[in-house]
Amino acid sequence: MDNLSLITNFLFFTVVYSIPLLYGTVGEILTEKSGSLNLGVEGTMAVGGIFGYLVGASADSLFLGMVFAFVFAALLGLLFSFLTVTMQANQNVTGLTITTFGTGLYFIVRQGVKEITPLLRLTKMKAAVNSLYIKGLSDIPIIGKVLFQQNILVYFGIFIALIVWAYLKFTKSGLRLRSIGENPAAADAVGININLYKYLHIITGSGIMGWGGFYMCILMSGDFAGSTTVINGYGWIAIALVIFVNWNTLTAVFGTFLFGLFRSLSIYNSGIAQAFPKVFGWLTAIPAQFYNMLPYAATALVIILASINKRKKTGEPAAIGLNYYREDR
Amino acid sequence: MKKGLVILLTLALIVGCLAAFTACSGEDYDLVVGAIYIGGKDETSGYTAAHANGIKKAIANLEKEGYKVKLEVVDKVDDTDYNAVAAACDTLVAKGSDIIFGISFGYLHAMNDKAAEYKDVLFSHATGYLSNDTNYNNYFGRIYQARYLSGIAAGLKSIELESDSIGYVAAWTTEYAETTSGINAFALGVQSVNPDATVYVKSIKSWGDTAKEQQAAQYLIDTYNCTVIAQHCDSAQPQIVAQENDVYGCGYNTDMTSDAPKAHLTAPIWNWHVYYQFAMEEALKDPATFVDAVGNYLGGLKEGFVDISPLSENCAPNTAKMIELARKEMVDGNWDVFHSAKLSFEAIQGEIAIKITPADLGTLYTPDPEKEDADPNPYVCKVEDDQVTKTPDYVITGTMNTFVAGVTDVDKM
Repeated sequence: MDNLSLITNFLFFTVVYSIPLLYGTVGEILTEKSGSLNLGVEGTMAVGGIFGYLVGASADSLFLGMVFAFVFAALLGLLFSFLTVTMQANQNVTGLTITTFGTGLYFIVRQGVKEITPLLRLTKMKAAVNSLYIKGLSDIPIIGKVLFQQNILVYFGIFIALIVWAYLKFTKSGLRLRSIGENPAAADAVGININLYKYLHIITGSGIMGWGGFYMCILMSGDFAGSTTVINGYGWIAIALVIFVNWNTLTAVFGTFLFGLFRSLSIYNSGIAQAFPKVFGWLTAIPAQFYNMLPYAATALVIILASINKRKKTGEPAAIGLNYYREDR
Repeated sequence: MKKGLVILLTLALIVGCLAAFTACSGEDYDLVVGAIYIGGKDETSGYTAAHANGIKKAIANLEKEGYKVKLEVVDKVDDTDYNAVAAACDTLVAKGSDIIFGISFGYLHAMNDKAAEYKDVLFSHATGYLSNDTNYNNYFGRIYQARYLSGIAAGLKSIELESDSIGYVAAWTTEYAETTSGINAFALGVQSVNPDATVYVKSIKSWGDTAKEQQAAQYLIDTYNCTVIAQHCDSAQPQIVAQENDVYGCGYNTDMTSDAPKAHLTAPIWNWHVYYQFAMEEALKDPATFVDAVGNYLGGLKEGFVDISPLSENCAPNTAKMIELARKEMVDGNWDVFHSAKLSFEAIQGEIAIKITPADLGTLYTPDPEKEDADPNPYVCKVEDDQVTKTPDYVITGTMNTFVAGVTDVDKM
C-alpha cells in the first residue's frame, strides 16, 4: 500500500471511529449547560444503541432506528431528570446508576438482537449508512475521502453539534438555559421555569447520546458478542471530552477527531512508522496502552491548565452538579 | 421483651438455615458438581457461557445414563480477588459439592489452598498450571491443533486467490504462550499448503474491544492486502469486516459462518463438555483415583476436546481432504504441530497424499535479557540426524514467546 492511501485510510477511519464521541459529548454538554451532571452517558448510549438497533433492524429503516434510539435514550434522560430534578437525588450517584442500569439492560436485550443480526447484514438500514460519494469533491486526494466520503451519520453528528452550538449561543432559550446552569436562583427570579428547562434539555441531551450508541451498534459492531458492551468506554471518554473542549460543541468537533486520532494511532502506528521511518519511526516503540490512556491524560492536562489560567473564562456552568430547590434559598 | 424477641428471631433463623441445609443434603445425588464462573451464569455467549454449556451438556449426558447429578454455581467471581474465590469454594463445599470446577486463570492460588483444606473434595481448574497429587488438577486443550487445521483452510484459500498475505487479529501476541502458540500453529498450517505466505499479526492489546477488533481487521486488509483474516479475539468482528471487504476469514470459539456467511471458512472451536463429562465420570467412579486417572488434562483433536467448525462453502476445493489427512496424523499420534517436522501435501497418481519432512522450527522461546531466565523449560525444537525427534510437549510446563518464520508482527516490523 502506498503512503498516500495509508494516510488517507488512517484519517478516514479516525473520523469513522470517533463520531460516537461527538454525539455523546454534544448530548452531555446540553445536559451540563442546564446545571446537571449526568454521568450516565455510557449507559444511555448503550440503551439508545441497542433498542434503536432492534427497532431499526426489525423495520429495516435507518430513520426508525434513529427515532427509537433517541426515544429510548431519552427515557433514561427522563428517569435521570425525575430523580435529580423532581426528587432532588444526588446527581453523581444517579448518573452512575444510569450507567449500571443501562449497560445491564444492554446485556439482557442483546441476545434478542444477536438472533436477528445475521438476517440484517445486507439490509436497507446498513445500505443507508454506506459511504457517500459526492462527484468532484470525493475525488480530491486525501481530503476527498476523509471529508467527503463519510457516511450520513457522520455529517448528521457534525450538524447536530453546530445546531446545539448556535442554539446555546444565539437563541433566547439557549441564553436562559445557560443562566440556569450558572445561577438557577437568579434565573428563577426572572421567571424562567427551571424544572421545565432542565427536564427538556436533559431528555434531549440523552436522546443525542442515544444516537451515538446507535451509530456504534450499526457501524462499529455487528455480532453483539464478547464480554463488553459495544459502547466499551466511549461514554466515559465523552465525559472527559466535555471538559477537554470547555463545554463548547463547536470545539467538540475538533476535540472528537483529536481523541479519535489517539485511538486510531494504536492501530495505525506500525503502518505510519513504516511509511515514514525517519519522522514517525518512534511510534511503534509506544505501547498500545499508552494510546488508550491519552484522552484521559489530555483531559487531566486541560483541567490543570484551566485552573492555572485564572483570567480565561471557563465554559463550565457554575452550578453544575448542584440540585436547585427553590425553598432552599 | 425486645431482647427476647431478637433472640427468638435469631434462633428461628438459625434453625431455619439448618433445616434448609438438611433439606439440601436430604436428597440423594450421585454427584454434586460445583462451578465457579467469572461471568454471569445465564450469559448466552462468551467464555463463561462456553463452560456453562459444557457443564450442562456433560450433566445431561450423565443423567441419560441414569445418574442423578446436581449443579451448584457461584458466578461473577472476580479472578483477581483471592478472597472472593476462596469464599466461592467454601460456599460450594458447604453445598455438598463432590467436585468443583473453576474456569478462570486467576482462581489457581485460591483453589490450590482450598484443595489442601478440603481434602475430600476434588478441585479442577481451567487454564492454570497448579495441581497436587490428591485432589487438585488443571485442564486445558491443544487448541493449536485446531488452529493448524484452520490454517490449512486459510492457506488453500490464499492460493486460490493468488495472494500470499494473510492477516491475524490477535488480542495479544508474545505476552502469552496461548496466543503465541495459536499464531505459530496457524502460520505453520498455512505454510503446509502455501510456503510463501506471510501471516501479518496485529494485536489490539485488549480482550473484548470490539471496535478495535473491527478496525484492526480493516487495517490489515487495507495496508497489507490480506485476503484471509484469522483471529484470536473475543467477537466475530474481524469476520464481519472480512465479508464487507469481500475477503475471507477464520473465526474462533464458535462457528462464525452465521456471522459472516460469505466470508467465513472455518473456526477452531472448543468442546468443553468432553472434559467435563470425562472428569465427572472419573469423579463418580472413585474420587480417590481421580487425579491419577485424569491428571493435568490437555485434550486435543484426539479426544474431541478441540476441533474445527464445519467447513463452509467458501473453502477452496480439496480443503476437506487435506484437513482430514493432517487431522489423522495428529489423532494417530504420528505427528504434532510443534514436533520438529513439517507437513506438506503432494499428488500421487491423482490422489492427495501427506508428506512429513524434518524441519527446524527454530527456538520458539527467547529469554528476557533483563530478567533471570524465568522459565527453566523453554520450548526448543531440534532436528537430529535428519530424523524427526518427537520433542516432549512443553505447552503446559514450558512456554513459547517467539514466532516461527513467516509470521510478521506488524508492530515490530
